[in-house]
Amino acid sequence: MSAAEFAAGGQTDARDGEVDAKAIFGFWVYLMTDCVLFAGLFATYAVLRDNTFGGPAGYQIFNMPEVLVETLVLLMSSFTCGLGVLAARSNRTSQVLGWFAATFVLGLVFLTIELTDFQSLVTQGNSWTRSGFLSAYFTLVGTHGLHITIGLLWMAVLVVRILKTGLTRGNVRRLTLLSLFWHFLDLVWIFIFTIVYLMGAARV
Amino acid sequence: MSDHAGPSILPAEMRSASLRGYIFGFAGSIVLTVAAYLLVVGHASTNGVLVSALVLLALVQFGLQLVFFLHLNMTTQQKWRLYMLGAMVIVVLVIVIGSLWIMGNLNTRMTPAQEQQYMTAQGGL
Repeated sequence: MSAAEFAAGGQTDARDGEVDAKAIFGFWVYLMTDCVLFAGLFATYAVLRDNTFGGPAGYQIFNMPEVLVETLVLLMSSFTCGLGVLAARSNRTSQVLGWFAATFVLGLVFLTIELTDFQSLVTQGNSWTRSGFLSAYFTLVGTHGLHITIGLLWMAVLVVRILKTGLTRGNVRRLTLLSLFWHFLDLVWIFIFTIVYLMGAARV
Repeated sequence: MSDHAGPSILPAEMRSASLRGYIFGFAGSIVLTVAAYLLVVGHASTNGVLVSALVLLALVQFGLQLVFFLHLNMTTQQKWRLYMLGAMVIVVLVIVIGSLWIMGNLNTRMTPAQEQQYMTAQGGL
């Protein structure tokens, strides 16, 4: 490699690094505003929590072992997502695809448990129209579920893209942003798990 | 997986990621989640203590995942992300505490009759 080529390579790398930095910071700003959206929903939930209007309270409808499984599945998907990023660092394409496939499946399991739970609530007559508590519950947990759905779609598109064009710098950047999004959803879930489910089940 | 050589195409912001970090974050989160769950299922303490313990466990897990999963640290590159996080925390606290304060206040100051009158006049709360 001549000195000129080396310098050009260095410039490309620096430029790519700048694009990475801007993309990651921009995406981080989006994640923080998304936190504010969730804060609004958490506040609504906290205010309406006891307004059961003759309907069931949280401790009567939450299936806690199921919620624990749901939580651990999401946590594990966060872990496999991180391992996917690590595999991208060492340019192991098949490992990246494997870990993100695992993340996708775990995310799908989480979403299935959540939707099955929603469906059984609705068939029991405890839908979002039942009480203020249930409206706030469905909106808060449902918004998180919607984010998970969008994350899964994004993941599917990105996996196809990597299959077609390989681990390019742009694809690794997208992978990084997706991992931030996915870990962020796990962060939000900590508070849903604690405030909605644990405090609901403990009646505190 | 810290054995990689040469320049990486992974963004510089993610290069502090390590297998050990992910395992530590994952194992720690599991322990904290299960501990919080067992506290509630066992209902071992009074309400006040239980709430404080749950909030504490959630905040520790929040910090753990921020550091080991989202790779937040004090380096120059990450400083601005940290400032954004701080601004977000302030806004979130204002929204949540403010809503609870206002609505709690309204709740204690209004009699059921006043509430009914207000609801009729406004067509809802």
